[in-house]
Amino acid sequence: MSILVDEKTRLIVQGLGREGSFHAQQAIAYGTKVVGAVKPGKGRTQQDGLPLFDSVAQAMREVEPNASVIFVPASAAADAILEAADAGLPLVVCITEGIPTFDMIRAYAYLKTTKTRLIGPNCPGIISPGKCKIGIMPGHIHKQGNVGVVSRSGTLTYEAVGQLTALGIGQSTCIGIGGDPIIGTNFRAAVELFNADPDTHALVLIGEIGGTAEEEAAQYIREHVKKPVVGFICGQTAPPGRRMGHAGAIISGGKGTAREKMAAMKAAGITVVESPAQIGEAVAARLGQEVRR
Amino acid sequence: MKIHEYQAKQILKSFGVAVPEGKVADSAEGAYAIAKEMGREVVVKAQIHAGGRGKAGGVKIAKTPEEARSVAATILGKKLITVQTGPEGQLVRRILVEETLPVERELYLGIVVDRANACPVFMASSAGGMEIEKVAEETPELILRETIRPGFGLQPFQARKLAFGLGIPAASLPQAAEFMIALYKAFEASDASLAEINPFVLTKDGRLLALDAKMNFDDNALYRHKDIQPLRDLAEEDPLEVEASKYSLNYIKLDGNVGCMVNGAGLAMATMDIIKYAGGNPANFLDVGGGANAEQVRHAFEILLSDKNVRAVLINIFGGILRCDVLASGVVEAARAVSVKVPVVVRLEGTNVQEGQRILRESGLNFTVASGMEDAAERVVALAR
Repeated sequence: MSILVDEKTRLIVQGLGREGSFHAQQAIAYGTKVVGAVKPGKGRTQQDGLPLFDSVAQAMREVEPNASVIFVPASAAADAILEAADAGLPLVVCITEGIPTFDMIRAYAYLKTTKTRLIGPNCPGIISPGKCKIGIMPGHIHKQGNVGVVSRSGTLTYEAVGQLTALGIGQSTCIGIGGDPIIGTNFRAAVELFNADPDTHALVLIGEIGGTAEEEAAQYIREHVKKPVVGFICGQTAPPGRRMGHAGAIISGGKGTAREKMAAMKAAGITVVESPAQIGEAVAARLGQEVRR
Repeated sequence: MKIHEYQAKQILKSFGVAVPEGKVADSAEGAYAIAKEMGREVVVKAQIHAGGRGKAGGVKIAKTPEEARSVAATILGKKLITVQTGPEGQLVRRILVEETLPVERELYLGIVVDRANACPVFMASSAGGMEIEKVAEETPELILRETIRPGFGLQPFQARKLAFGLGIPAASLPQAAEFMIALYKAFEASDASLAEINPFVLTKDGRLLALDAKMNFDDNALYRHKDIQPLRDLAEEDPLEVEASKYSLNYIKLDGNVGCMVNGAGLAMATMDIIKYAGGNPANFLDVGGGANAEQVRHAFEILLSDKNVRAVLINIFGGILRCDVLASGVVEAARAVSVKVPVVVRLEGTNVQEGQRILRESGLNFTVASGMEDAAERVVALAR
């Protein structure tokens, strides 16, 4: 009933500072199995009831994690990603915002030589409701179910999830893929995973201006996806040439506009809503459910 | 971050990229002195961040030092209105005085990051001096591309391939390759997000130089470039945006009359969209971030309201980790401190939402509490009319 993370996920935390430690506790409270944290120089001690390790490799040997979440500051985050990949972790979720683009260019090139999947950076994380929560999203707005949600944003994803849950529509997994120009898992990859999951019955795609990832996902959906898909693109009113908060949200050289993305999505049979308030209802309609207002 | 042409040329020169001889001045007398020292015909170029300076009259040739002085006087201290500045124009504070060159051909070179392939891409075109976006649209076959492998940089064979593609004569080939490789080195070493040489000129005597230069930098990497940080020119930026950046608020001024304050960039964009959908026009983009506190909310209010066009304000917060009651208290406190005179519509969702709404209702302030994004947008648009 989910992709990438579930009750079998064993999580370690890289970067147990104020943010990391708060969200580790939130994850534990949600039911996520957090098996330790990495803090170089503090190995074999404890913090917040979690065993600490000097390196990801040491954590691998001792507590056998299969996922990591990164909260380390931007200047050291790419290194943390590389360390996790080098240690062989299959899934790395990087929450950190503000990583230099060149650090990500190099990290991405390295990741291609490994089997590690990176989610983010600059993302809220990933949650399979009722099973596992990795990241900074509020757990209680989610509901276990059969809709997959993939988005470049944080709070806008919560907005969409909130609408679904309010309509009684649960989610299989919700992935925030991140607002940076270079990210580990793009829309298309996330759509492929949801398409292969028998318990995901419909998808919600929340894109934004900048780049062409939405168009590429739409092309894939057109060719391979039979499940109903609802889409929304934010930034329809954004001026060209300005970075709208997210490092990746910019219309440059007339490319990456909301209009182009919405057209590509419509052409792929995706139900594209113009207002962010209509996401939940559109999913209900595509699933053939009555909308209770 | 953007910088001026003369600053980009200084950086490029330090990496061995050939640029024309020249100096920057902030007065007509300064221009005179530079031209006199150079002892030849010069070009006087307005230094503003926006492009399209030539067509707007911001680039002029001067045959004598006296002419350089009079030309400089007509450019300095005036507002230059180009296709990129908007109708209000941009004040010219500095000029670059450079040697003129016997131009044989105008070419184009540019480096950007290809997001889909997660690597830099080096572009070259024989259609120099034109807007590259136009070339890309009308004659895409004129743009040559070389993908840079991370860690390798632009390889000599790639540079030669581009130079051949541009039709650069054999005698100038080694110089062309050297120029391109140096340009890429400057790009990567300074964590640039854009480097553009337009035009990249071939002179009648076979030399290759950057007649113009544009560089933008990755804001996230500025912390490791102490030499580039001071090149930021606050005078080129919107004063409200500069103010907002002091408090880690992400603010972009727009031309509507509905001010908005939102947590999260995606939701902030979506809020602008839904205001438009409801028939209104957003006055700004404003992301207060995930963990906004009372003080940030107060600064956000102050900045929003210093835009005189704002007739009503929409606060749209999806409180996840940030609790709605905490936020509501912050909003009330801030609204009292700033004495908000325009109507404010607040839409709260998430943790402790009931308590948050109660705090707003009982504050005695002019708040309209909305029950969803659509409701909020419709109300605020009606109030702004």
